[in-house]
Amino acid sequence: MRKISWQAMLAFALCIVAALTLPPTAPGSAMPFSSAGIVTVFVLVIAGLAMADRFAPRLAGTLSLFLGSHVAALLLIGGIAGNEGSATLSFFALLAAAWLGAWRLVTILSAMKPAGRPQRIFLRLFIPFLFGLWILLFWEAITRGAGIPFVLLPPPSAIGARLVSSIPVLAADVRQTIFKAVIAGYVLGSASGFAVAILADRVGFLRRGLLPIGNLVSALPIIGIAPIMVMWFGFDWQSKAAVVVVMTFFPMLVNAVTGLAASGHIERDLMRTYAASYWQTLFQLRLPAAAPFIFNALKINSTLALIGAIVAEFFGTPVVGMGFRISTEVGRMNIDMVWAEIAIAALAGSLFYGMVALAERAVTFWHPSVRGG
Amino acid sequence: MDSAREKIIPVTAIVALIIAVWYVAAIFMNAPVQRDMNKRADITPTTLEFVVQTYTQAKPILPAPHQIVANFYKSTFEVKPTSRRSLVYHSGVTLSSTLLGFALGTVLGILIAVGIVHVPALDRSFMPWIVASQTIPILAIAPMVIVVLAAVGVTGLIPKALISAYLSFFPVVVGMVKGLRSPDFLLLDLMRTYNAGRATVFWKLRVPASVPFLFASMKVAIAASLVGAIVGELPTGAVAGIGAKLLGASYYSQTIDMWSALIAGSLVAALLVVLVGAVGGFVEKRMGARPS
Repeated sequence: MRKISWQAMLAFALCIVAALTLPPTAPGSAMPFSSAGIVTVFVLVIAGLAMADRFAPRLAGTLSLFLGSHVAALLLIGGIAGNEGSATLSFFALLAAAWLGAWRLVTILSAMKPAGRPQRIFLRLFIPFLFGLWILLFWEAITRGAGIPFVLLPPPSAIGARLVSSIPVLAADVRQTIFKAVIAGYVLGSASGFAVAILADRVGFLRRGLLPIGNLVSALPIIGIAPIMVMWFGFDWQSKAAVVVVMTFFPMLVNAVTGLAASGHIERDLMRTYAASYWQTLFQLRLPAAAPFIFNALKINSTLALIGAIVAEFFGTPVVGMGFRISTEVGRMNIDMVWAEIAIAALAGSLFYGMVALAERAVTFWHPSVRGG
Repeated sequence: MDSAREKIIPVTAIVALIIAVWYVAAIFMNAPVQRDMNKRADITPTTLEFVVQTYTQAKPILPAPHQIVANFYKSTFEVKPTSRRSLVYHSGVTLSSTLLGFALGTVLGILIAVGIVHVPALDRSFMPWIVASQTIPILAIAPMVIVVLAAVGVTGLIPKALISAYLSFFPVVVGMVKGLRSPDFLLLDLMRTYNAGRATVFWKLRVPASVPFLFASMKVAIAASLVGAIVGELPTGAVAGIGAKLLGASYYSQTIDMWSALIAGSLVAALLVVLVGAVGGFVEKRMGARPS
């Protein structure tokens, strides 16, 4: 006899609670659950967990747990259609039981140490995917089951529908905010920070003076200059790019100066024995050694640039842009549109970061953090 | 203290240079408006008078540093701290939601980090999302949080503090997880030879080892927390706080007010970061860290 997992025991207790408080939707709701459907949910949840406790980590146990928990959750959410806001304790107890099944699944998967590389990568992506999926499932089930007002928190399905139906508007916003303001400001800010870092590297006095100032400025709420930049450069994307330039300048300066000091004495002495000039040493030795630091700044800046451009738009824009859309749709209580815009911003942020990270891997292929592991 | 003296001269020199450039830039940036004003008033000042004029405009494009300092001094020390024109009042409003949010975010972050270190399922499923969330502009949700919470009757300190908490939560989790995992195998093995339980390893080894990481990430977190509070004040229709002051001043193009609010925000930020650093240094010293 194997030990019964605590998730299974708790889920079983929840199933008893659910059975005592049936039906899952309040009496008199428009489209009540069929009794066959309810029985299916109970069977799926309990069978999934029981199979897992008996057979996991073998495939039969794991797979039946996955199917049991998730089909049960989908059945529950599907059953709420037409009965919004009338879910009872029974419904949420069943949902929690299904979730405990998913937790058990994640516990089993986390304990697996597959030998193959593809399997490891699959697990590394699949486990967080399950977590994200359950956030969405809970979100959907609770907002619709408990009938949370739409203006407070729209269900993910409504946000998705809104996102798909307003792609042209979102595309125009992305074009305005990201392809104009963010890219221009990011390139200009990072490039000038880098140029000043090279200058500071040549002039020691400048380096000793700029580094403490740069460190201080990194902690300041630079975003506050947004209204000033809007006044100087007008409502269009130039003012947002200016905010981004200032925000991205200092991280690049500080990191590049640190990176340029990263090459070892032995290597630098070697370059001197070769009679290498300053610029030769810079390009052959010190810039490659500084690359990890420079890419670190580029990564920090990719997030800062998006934040800078979006928040600067709260202070005034033409009638397009992600920050503009967020602030006006909030005012009009179109919260689903705001969430759609936030989803796009999150996606853009991850893509931007991912591209910088890929470039880093290509450039610093020699670095232990890329080569090892 | 040698390194301090080595720094002071260059830093002072560069600050002086920035201020000098600022004064020159102020002349050129304010000149077009001043020329128009003079033409309308039909005066032809000498060059020196003209320069003085550009430094004394009421709503300059770029206020001269002494104008900002005078305004800052006036609205900090000469106005009653409870008045709505006082920067102390606005800073206090922002500071209170910053600190409340920071405390919430830090406590929550530490708890989650402890969970992540001890529950493998949480580590594998939740940690990747925390890392990914560092790449997205979370600050964009600020206006929504404020307005939606206002719609259900929650206004004032709490919504802003929630944004601050949300922003300070992520750096603390990442830093604490790193810190709690920082003891190496040698030390963990030593604890095992002592037959130490999980709780003992946690309190005697992991927690002390994580303290430097905690304070490093708290410095980042408190700066983020302040930014969250300032941005959280924007959509409330400019009620109170540094963000509201900035927005209000930008509506009426009161540039000097904008700059002095910015200075106030920067001072608060610098103070908070220095304070966290000092507390961190003190705690580490009490715990027996050798000065590096």
